[in-house]
Amino acid sequence: MLLPSRVSRVGAWALFFVLFVPVFGLPIVVVGAASIAGQWNDVLPSHLTLRHLHDAFVSNAGVELVTSLATGVIASVVALVIGTWAALAVRALRRRGAKVIGTLFVLPIAVPSVSVGLGLLVAFSRPPFLLNGTATIVLIAHVVLVTAFAFSSVSAGLARLPAHYEQVAASLGGRPAYVLFRVTLPLLTPSLVAAAGLCFALSMGELGATIMVYPPGWVTLPVGIFALTDRGAVFDGAALTVLLLVLTLVVLVAVSRIRTRASYR
Amino acid sequence: MARTGWVWVVVPLTVLVVIFYYPLFFILRQSFTGEGGHVGLAPYAEMLSSSLFRGALLRTIQIASLSTLGCLVLGFVLALIVSFVPFPGARVVSGFIGTFLAFPSFLIALAFTFLYGSAGVFNFIAMDLSGATQPPIDFVYTKWGVILAEITFYTPFVMRPLLAAFSQLDTALIEVASSLGARPLRIIREVILPEAVPALLAGGSLCLLLTLNEFGIVLFIGAKGVITLPMVIYGKAIQEFDYTAGCVVAVVNIALSVGLYALYRFLISRTGGGRAVAVQG
Repeated sequence: MLLPSRVSRVGAWALFFVLFVPVFGLPIVVVGAASIAGQWNDVLPSHLTLRHLHDAFVSNAGVELVTSLATGVIASVVALVIGTWAALAVRALRRRGAKVIGTLFVLPIAVPSVSVGLGLLVAFSRPPFLLNGTATIVLIAHVVLVTAFAFSSVSAGLARLPAHYEQVAASLGGRPAYVLFRVTLPLLTPSLVAAAGLCFALSMGELGATIMVYPPGWVTLPVGIFALTDRGAVFDGAALTVLLLVLTLVVLVAVSRIRTRASYR
Repeated sequence: MARTGWVWVVVPLTVLVVIFYYPLFFILRQSFTGEGGHVGLAPYAEMLSSSLFRGALLRTIQIASLSTLGCLVLGFVLALIVSFVPFPGARVVSGFIGTFLAFPSFLIALAFTFLYGSAGVFNFIAMDLSGATQPPIDFVYTKWGVILAEITFYTPFVMRPLLAAFSQLDTALIEVASSLGARPLRIIREVILPEAVPALLAGGSLCLLLTLNEFGIVLFIGAKGVITLPMVIYGKAIQEFDYTAGCVVAVVNIALSVGLYALYRFLISRTGGGRAVAVQG
């Protein structure tokens, strides 16, 4: 035991809560409080209300919410397909080839999101790809940013997979496609679900690349929240932020439920 | 197997090249294309000598290194207590940290304006206590506001690999050291810290990479004097439509960032240090 005396243990816990609660708890509490604050002219907010959420929805929040959900779902599905495909293909390569191609797929993690957006803006404003001003360019930006995470997450899952299941299936005459769809992918389900949750959460909160490329007709929640706070409607912005957090949490909780069930199978 | 393997790589690799490497190439190309389409180093000469760029580069490095330092210290202390002075809610804390990683960074910036902004909670308290008529707390709109917000948001990225490393540590070592009369600080210095070095290096370099590229916090706090490289890129390309200038800064930013990422991968492969999941920028 690091701290044998009870007094010093209690001291350490006190230190923990003095650091942890204000640093991580307070921001979330204060944004939550602001989202329902009718007035905040003193230490504590007063006249609690749902007006901010309502006001936000009367303007654009409904559309932005649907836009964010659609972007998140489409980007996650596409990223999961590309990432899983790439992870499976890279696993079949020899060591050196696998290393090189694997690095190519994770490198987007190292590129700042604003630069990813700028690259798309410059490259896709000229033939053969004229996508500037479309929703597609936003979707592509999100796919670029989350595919690397899908790839690394699925690769890690593949590395932990016991090899003999696939070998047994193949030796019993299972064709590669059969082994892939009936053995490998089902065994991989927990990793796939976890990757999907991560991709969705990242996409829902993405700001840097989106703000570079979004057209007026495809405004995501984070961009909408920035527009609100930028013109001083901070309470409406807080209400939408809370909505964004709740949605992200719901998906993450659902994902961890599915994941637990899949790993018990 | 290896021969036919390449066939399957072609499809995802083509997609990746079109949506990522092709745009990356255009950033590079655009950065050398000056006014009137002249290709050369003129855009670099102009941008790299400007005080806007130099100030932003310096500020970005300063904010990133101070934030990373703060994350390392705070993360180490918190992870130490969670791991070695366990209490009933410790598991909840670990779960909370995991969820925190999935939140957008601008949440913290928004919270900071409500807490420490000119109409924030702490300014009301300070004005009530002191009777001042002007809000006395204004650090939020300086680089310190950005640094504190980044420490808050990125500390979990350091705690994760640290918690993983600490869970592997043989507690018998601590018991033995303790029974031989070593004081807690000595145990931390001579037993725990050496074990934590790989995780600290991995978490710290990841943190440096992410804070270097942080955009949401800086944008939301919107402090006039706090301009970082991603903010310059955004300002040049979106607000001034000067793609070339934006691309020059982007090349510098990407080079810095990829260099740090290479270091991070190197540290991880050398030390087998904590597996940290990188999340957003």
